[in-house]
Amino acid sequence: MKRRTVLTGLGGIAASAMVRPAAAATVGVTKTEIKIGNTIPYSGNASSYGVIGKADAAYFQMINDQGGINGRKINFITLDDGYAPAKTVEQVRRLVEQDEVALLFNSLGTANNTAIHKYMNTKKVPQLFVSTGADKWGDPKGFPWTMGWQPSYRTEAQIYAKAILENYAGKKCALIYQNDDFGKDYLGGLQDALGKDFEKHFTKLITYEATDPTVDSQVVALKDSGAEVMVSAAIPKFSAQIIRKAYDIGWKPVHYMSNVSASVGATINPAGPEKAVGVITSAYQKDPTDPEWANDPGMNEWRAFMKKYIPDGDLADGGYSFGFGVSMTMVQVLKQCGDDLSRENIMKQAANIKRLDVPVLLPGVYVSTTPDNFHPIRQMQLTRWTGKTYERFGKVIDAT
Amino acid sequence: MDAFLHQLFSGIATGGIYASVALALVMIYQATHHVNFAQGEMAMLSTYVALTLIQAGVPYWIAFVLTVGASMIVGIGIQWLVLRPLEKAPVLASVGVFIGMLLMFNSVAGWIFSYTLKPFPSPFGEGPPMLNGLFSRHELGSTGVTLLVLTAVWAFFRFTRLGLAMRAAAFNPISSRLVGVPVAKMLALGWGLAAGIGAVAGMMVAPVVFLDPNMMAGVLLYAFAGALLGGITNPLGAVVGGLLVGVIENLGGAYVVGTELKLSMALVIIVVVLVVKPSGLFGKTLASRV
Repeated sequence: MKRRTVLTGLGGIAASAMVRPAAAATVGVTKTEIKIGNTIPYSGNASSYGVIGKADAAYFQMINDQGGINGRKINFITLDDGYAPAKTVEQVRRLVEQDEVALLFNSLGTANNTAIHKYMNTKKVPQLFVSTGADKWGDPKGFPWTMGWQPSYRTEAQIYAKAILENYAGKKCALIYQNDDFGKDYLGGLQDALGKDFEKHFTKLITYEATDPTVDSQVVALKDSGAEVMVSAAIPKFSAQIIRKAYDIGWKPVHYMSNVSASVGATINPAGPEKAVGVITSAYQKDPTDPEWANDPGMNEWRAFMKKYIPDGDLADGGYSFGFGVSMTMVQVLKQCGDDLSRENIMKQAANIKRLDVPVLLPGVYVSTTPDNFHPIRQMQLTRWTGKTYERFGKVIDAT
Repeated sequence: MDAFLHQLFSGIATGGIYASVALALVMIYQATHHVNFAQGEMAMLSTYVALTLIQAGVPYWIAFVLTVGASMIVGIGIQWLVLRPLEKAPVLASVGVFIGMLLMFNSVAGWIFSYTLKPFPSPFGEGPPMLNGLFSRHELGSTGVTLLVLTAVWAFFRFTRLGLAMRAAAFNPISSRLVGVPVAKMLALGWGLAAGIGAVAGMMVAPVVFLDPNMMAGVLLYAFAGALLGGITNPLGAVVGGLLVGVIENLGGAYVVGTELKLSMALVIIVVVLVVKPSGLFGKTLASRV
């Protein structure tokens, strides 16, 4: 109760700040430069995400080489937080208070962005296009200075619910989810889309803890429930266990799997590629390794960028194309700002993106925002594991 | 009924995992009267060594033997290098060292082998599940290995002079030294054997839970519970305790309290058992005369 009061209060203050003229409030911006901050793990156990930061930096370098935005060059300061939230807080304070950046862009990690969520909103510094799938970044009333980019877990679950309604209406469904914010976003998404009928469709809900050694017992219980459709909101380790155990006990439900676990290396191969045949997940980006995009003009645009700015980068790594797409969105917002680069106007423009087609996203998937919708990407296409690769099927599904 | 049997057998299979790690804990406790918190991480590192050998083309069972051998040498090395200087230090200093090693081994494994989940082969083959899908070949095979290790550990302590000397060295170092037991060597050997058993456990666990640097974090907790439930002084007790924890956790989670509270329920039962019988179900109460 108390927390809600604080949040609405915060929203009120922010809203009143937004209507104020932006005369003095151009922190981080000069006639020739826009300063943008970022934190990302370049070291530690999540350092494989570091390529996104490299792609962001290279993209802004390209924009600067092309003359910048309205005559201003982007000064991109990206710092290593080692994926540790305490370190993120320290680095972000440095960016905001010492370096005086105009905004924070594409910081990575759910726990990391959670750690600075209130700080950014109290300081009224834009925390734009964060790299995490949690749903809480799209809360314009409670946190008007924060916005995500990729489809949230909740959006993804809404899309699965739509697909189930269309193809498997009337069948018994079951959900297994990790007992934390990540798993509960999927529960919430299914409930959003099915409304009062949720309990009619989903007759069995079961949780696991991230510390459980195995989820075999849960899979047995799901089979026992007689469900014919399963949604799993699990990280790769447990998704692999679910796929293997279901196969071993001879249970063959239609399996919608969180795309957090879509990785072939981390989930499908450990489970056994033949055991995963038929598993359905979702995608919104063009997979750089998919032969279908070998001569795609959009992906070629990205490949040309890679060749010039990150010549030693791995062209199979989707992190680079992700960075390309999200940076392109950032540049679009700055272009829309024109000469008014106050933090208020930056947020206002970020919340007014009119259908931006980004070349690295699937056809039919685009970026769009409004003042009440802070979920920039809301479409995905389903994709099915065939035993060797994923194959996209059906039309692009819009969650809204 | 079918579902109940599936839950029961899946509990036994998971319990087998806990039992194999619990055996390593019993070994180190019998040999040194310490509980090594880094046991799980040492086993995880050994498993990475085995995977590296297998990927280099070494046949499974040769890699298995090499890994166990290498782990024993490293275990002995750790005792000589790290724990020997702490021999006269209070117990808390050792606990600090164990926790330090836990963190260190975890980071080293992540640094060298990365945090990506890796599949680990089973020596018992893939093949279709057996007994109407109740047991996979690996679950059956690894349970067999656990029972073999159990028999070996039990026979070692029960029938060999070395085993007796080792127990004596841990129980009363001063008297042992007076009757001619080389206490320092016994402690080092105990560490070596525990590391070897841990390596076996790691290689049996990895095909089930997959290999990553955090593979043992959850398992070790349950293995502790199993060892305490059965009695940490008794290898048979540790195995029975491990299996019981697995079964209680599975059946309780499925039929009694739900998945959110299944670990809590298993731990509550253990606390109750220990209150009634502090040395565990099979443990002997040891009295030391001061």
